[in-house]
Amino acid sequence: MESANINRESILATANNLRWEVGENLHDTLMESIYDNAYSIASKAVILPDKKPAYSFDRTLDKIITSKYLGFPLMFLLLGVVFWLTIEGSNVPSGLLAALLVDTIHPFLKSISASIGLPFWIDGVLIDGAYLAMAWVVAVMLPPMAIFFPLFTLLEDFGYLPRVAFNMDPLYKRVGAHGKQALTMAMGFGCNAAGIIATRVIDSPRERLLAIITNNFSLCNGRWPTQILIATIFIGSSVPAYIAGLVSAAAVVFIAVLGIALSLVVSWGLSKTLLKGEASAFSLELPPYRPPRILQTLYTSLIDRTIFVLWRAIIFAIPAGIVIWLVSNITINGVSLANHFIHWVNPVAFIFGLNGVIFLAYIIAIPANEIVIPTILMLTVANLGLAGVGAGSGVMFELESVGDTANILYAGGWTLLTGINLMLFSLLHNPCSTTIYTIFKETKSVKWTAVSTFLPIIMGLVVTFFLTQIWRIIVN
Amino acid sequence: MSGLDLNNCSTCPAHNLGNLNKLGINMSNFDFVVALAGNPNTGKSTVFNYLTGLRQHTGNWPGKTVTRAEGGFEYNKKKFKLVDLPGTYSLLSTSTDEEVARDFILFGQPDVTVIVVDATRVERNLNLVLQILEITDRTVVCLNLMDEAKRNEIKIDARVLSKELGVPVIPAAARQGEGMNELLNIIFEVAAGKYICKPHRIKTSSKELNFAVEKISREITKEFPDLPNTRWVALRLLEGDQSIIEAIRSGELGNLKKQNLATVNQS
Repeated sequence: MESANINRESILATANNLRWEVGENLHDTLMESIYDNAYSIASKAVILPDKKPAYSFDRTLDKIITSKYLGFPLMFLLLGVVFWLTIEGSNVPSGLLAALLVDTIHPFLKSISASIGLPFWIDGVLIDGAYLAMAWVVAVMLPPMAIFFPLFTLLEDFGYLPRVAFNMDPLYKRVGAHGKQALTMAMGFGCNAAGIIATRVIDSPRERLLAIITNNFSLCNGRWPTQILIATIFIGSSVPAYIAGLVSAAAVVFIAVLGIALSLVVSWGLSKTLLKGEASAFSLELPPYRPPRILQTLYTSLIDRTIFVLWRAIIFAIPAGIVIWLVSNITINGVSLANHFIHWVNPVAFIFGLNGVIFLAYIIAIPANEIVIPTILMLTVANLGLAGVGAGSGVMFELESVGDTANILYAGGWTLLTGINLMLFSLLHNPCSTTIYTIFKETKSVKWTAVSTFLPIIMGLVVTFFLTQIWRIIVN
Repeated sequence: MSGLDLNNCSTCPAHNLGNLNKLGINMSNFDFVVALAGNPNTGKSTVFNYLTGLRQHTGNWPGKTVTRAEGGFEYNKKKFKLVDLPGTYSLLSTSTDEEVARDFILFGQPDVTVIVVDATRVERNLNLVLQILEITDRTVVCLNLMDEAKRNEIKIDARVLSKELGVPVIPAAARQGEGMNELLNIIFEVAAGKYICKPHRIKTSSKELNFAVEKISREITKEFPDLPNTRWVALRLLEGDQSIIEAIRSGELGNLKKQNLATVNQS
């Protein structure tokens, strides 16, 4: 083996020596010959159109989409259209699903359990807790997801997303982040965990961390029903009915854009403190616009999303439903665990313009954002002991209309301020447990996972605190 | 050197397997491994989905595929493992994506490398094609997005391209499933050794460069006589490519034998 090693070293030595003679421009010379070869082969085999330059449609479209003045307004407009379609489109399906799963099947299950004489607590945990939580998530979550993701995929297929990155790149560069963060933020609008995984496209570890930490400021699908519902109840209701839908959508768009703005601000802050560094170069190829295969995309993303939501409903909502029923029905000194906690936390929550119910709901909803509203409603009813609404404490109940929900919340002491603070807190709180786990797997660092988890909460508390104080000063 | 070299794996039909296992590919049930390479956003994942029946997420922006995808398919009673490499513009820079792709093609020695080329950007895609042809003989070019080329009135003579490149060129529109049967067939033929490629080698005009490459190649051949791509290795040494230098120092380069036809018939 000795002689083999000597031989190998001599090869390397020869190469070292010759490297000097070949000169510094070796790489350039090589690239040039590659280009030359490519050119000569291509010119023999490829015939380009001579009448008009290829991609003239693309170029014209790009001039508009990436223009200095039209680019951003167009982006907001598209975002608004996507939200509006999602809101309007999911109304009827949500109502139908609720009518089926909650109004029809739930009583049916209760009657079966009554006829076979299931004990009160099994019946409660399984049917009023687990089943209802799952039913609510499917009714509330499935339609928006089924609409948003195909729309998003169509935009993706068309080729619009790299233009978004192109438009936002100067902004991100100015705050020390990478232009591709725009893309990962866009993915985060669907699901934050998916957005985290998408950050793999960012090479620089520093910039990748920035994208990961700020990804939670993208409103994921699980949080929209919360935003849409609260916006409709508290904001849409204060304008004439014919523009209520539009105004609610605009409010949600505002929150979404606020999230993007905050991601820029936080990136800037982190770049100056914990994650100092320079923005790296970003070369992005704007792919040609390709006609999306509409029917195919609708079909596959619909099926994908449906299955995904159903899976999440089972894995996350069911345990949460069980927990909700348990804390609302297990009592100490005649008062349920839930009520103990709520009363204990209420004074603190009041400072932030929220209440104990919301805090408890957010703790229960750590696994998944979509169960926040159902939990809030159920806990509010249990807390107030409202008779005639719902079928007992700890049971989620059917709502004929948004108005019913509104009545419950108002009866629970909610005001416009509470509504606004909830929308803000929904934007600025810890990521769901799936996302936290994904962050840990991707960064392999406890420190950065902790930062990603607690930074949004702290920001949420700070924002709601100041808004509450200012509001109360103004109103008084 | 003693007569029986227990560390020399290159004569064993399973050595290819050893490298592939190291790269994380489970080859226990497969006959051939096929790598999918190409520029970003050329439809590699679409081809992948079509061949394997899986549903990787595709989308019209570069960098969509971030995890290495593996799948399998069966054709003519042979089982193929398909590895979707990250899209790269070249193999000569130092980004992680390009190293992953390059290392897989070089050290993993796939039985066939399918390069998916965007028919609307042939000249630019050829940069990568020509570089890959320097590393491995067993290549098939899938000329994808022919429907886009037609839409933009770009005409391509696949036969001329194939003659110039010395490897099969299959026009295709993977989204519509066009050309996929021909692609499968040619993959099988190249893998089984029924179709022998004579790939184009990049010609350089620089005298100093050619002289240097010759000199180093001769030394390399003395030490590693069975190396299939000596000229390319010499070039990488001249450029100071660290992983190639390591491969020479450790002797691992010696494991890269020319594909032995005898090893192909393993099942």
